[in-house]
Amino acid sequence: MKALLVGEYRDGTLLTSAQELMGFAEKLGAQSSLFIVGSKDQLPAFNGTLYLAEASEYGEFNPDVHKQLLLSVIAEEKPDLVVFSHSSYGWDLAPRIAFSLKAAQISEVVDIADGAMVVPVCNAKLRRQVKPNTPVSVITLQAGAFGLSEDASGTPEIKEITGDAASAITFEGYEAAEAGGVDLSKSEVIVSAGRGIGKPDNMGVIEELAKALGGDFGASRPVVDSEWAEHNRQVGTTGQTVSPKLYVACGISGAIQHLAGMKKSEFIVAVNTDKDAPIGEVADVLVVADLKQFVPVLTEKLKAG
Amino acid sequence: MKILVCIKQVPDMESKFKIDASGTWYDNIDLAWRMNEYDEYAVEQAVRLKEQLGDGDITVMCVGSDKVKETMKKALAMGCDRGVHVADDNVSGKEPYEIASIIAKFAEDKGFDTIFTGMQSQDRGSGQVGVLVAEMLSFPCVTTIVDFAYQDGQVAAKRELEGGIRAMVKVSTPALFTCQLGLNKPRYPTLPNIMKAKKKELLSLAIDDLLQVEPRQQTTTLYFPEKKGGGLILEGDVPDLADQLITILKEKTSVLS
Repeated sequence: MKALLVGEYRDGTLLTSAQELMGFAEKLGAQSSLFIVGSKDQLPAFNGTLYLAEASEYGEFNPDVHKQLLLSVIAEEKPDLVVFSHSSYGWDLAPRIAFSLKAAQISEVVDIADGAMVVPVCNAKLRRQVKPNTPVSVITLQAGAFGLSEDASGTPEIKEITGDAASAITFEGYEAAEAGGVDLSKSEVIVSAGRGIGKPDNMGVIEELAKALGGDFGASRPVVDSEWAEHNRQVGTTGQTVSPKLYVACGISGAIQHLAGMKKSEFIVAVNTDKDAPIGEVADVLVVADLKQFVPVLTEKLKAG
Repeated sequence: MKILVCIKQVPDMESKFKIDASGTWYDNIDLAWRMNEYDEYAVEQAVRLKEQLGDGDITVMCVGSDKVKETMKKALAMGCDRGVHVADDNVSGKEPYEIASIIAKFAEDKGFDTIFTGMQSQDRGSGQVGVLVAEMLSFPCVTTIVDFAYQDGQVAAKRELEGGIRAMVKVSTPALFTCQLGLNKPRYPTLPNIMKAKKKELLSLAIDDLLQVEPRQQTTTLYFPEKKGGGLILEGDVPDLADQLITILKEKTSVLS
């Protein structure tokens, strides 16, 4: 089994996800090589061939061009498996590659079992085993699902690659995340609101509980998108990553994007009406209750404490 | 401006799911159905683009059994002009490449200027269909957009990256965009618009005329993940639950001391 791993480079930095790809290849027992549009100034520890195109030349985000560069490497390397991270870079580029290769693409792989790829279904409530019908397949790996390589060492053998830099899409730079407000990464206690709060008026009970616990309040993405909380309160992949002593998730079902931002908390309490909600996977305690009834009572008792 | 929006009907994610008889998908019975959330942003963006230009024609397309027409009517009530329903009672058995090829086959000779899709579906979540349609039609494609501004055949879009950073990109139409949460606030259809939607064209096409490819992957089994963690589950009366939780927090954490 030969795997070609596709690393990522963002804002001048090589992302550590490359090491997760290596961890996956090791688990699979695959012989792997690496492709990155990046820089010679930042090389991963890797014992193998690194196909490197310069980001200064080809851009950090330029799907048409990265596709052509990667296809030229695939033609040379002839891998059985092309492996991406399931990230804004990976889910964008992977289908373009799969289409060109007439290959199956299996997205957001979390495990390998019974010779099949395991992927989440319905917000991770279910899992599905999938097998490709094609000789070559393209996969994307869920962030954090496979550990970092334990064996990432050595200096890669670099093969520089070049190609045509013309593209229909022009990348004009990055816009930073909305700054200011609360730095939840420093909070010792966070009480977060999810979709289960139902309406913006209920944010008050979340804030009150946070206050009673001497902490700050946060929110899941749907709550922020509904403008019931500021973006700088958002916990998850596209918000802040937090690890407080206590995290109380109220009415949060536990989408992977949210879990990625809070699962390293020391102690996790979830309040949810749905006993099967995926948040239960990471919670130390799951209180099966309607937060609108439970949270005010808890707050009163803590105050009386 | 000819606009295509591709939508999917999905179950409410809070549903209690059961595995179906084939063992490869969830049972369709006793579920509440709605428009895939990401597709609502796609429909809204299409309608806003038409409103901005003062003219345009929006086709909303959906593959599935007859029940998906309910979801299509919502898109029509939000402001799409016509619906194209590809009748298929086994849509859940189709993999992303097959769905994309159906859409591309329909779209190839229609001269669409802009195509919007959701960035992924909430149930299958492959995130492939939009990009594959673009590849099949040789359209440039910008995925995961959270901002969209059109002027004179040029689109300035922002892609959402990890950590809330955005990549600013420019592209000329024709082009395809996959829509992310937060792109806009989808409107609620008004009663007059719901009434008007009933008179809009809703064309049904046979899937056999559009599906001309073989699946490239297969689901071997669907199942509930094993509960790991082994967290404590508390059930009962609210005041008792609060007392129990406070006792646990005093024992296991330092935050109440």
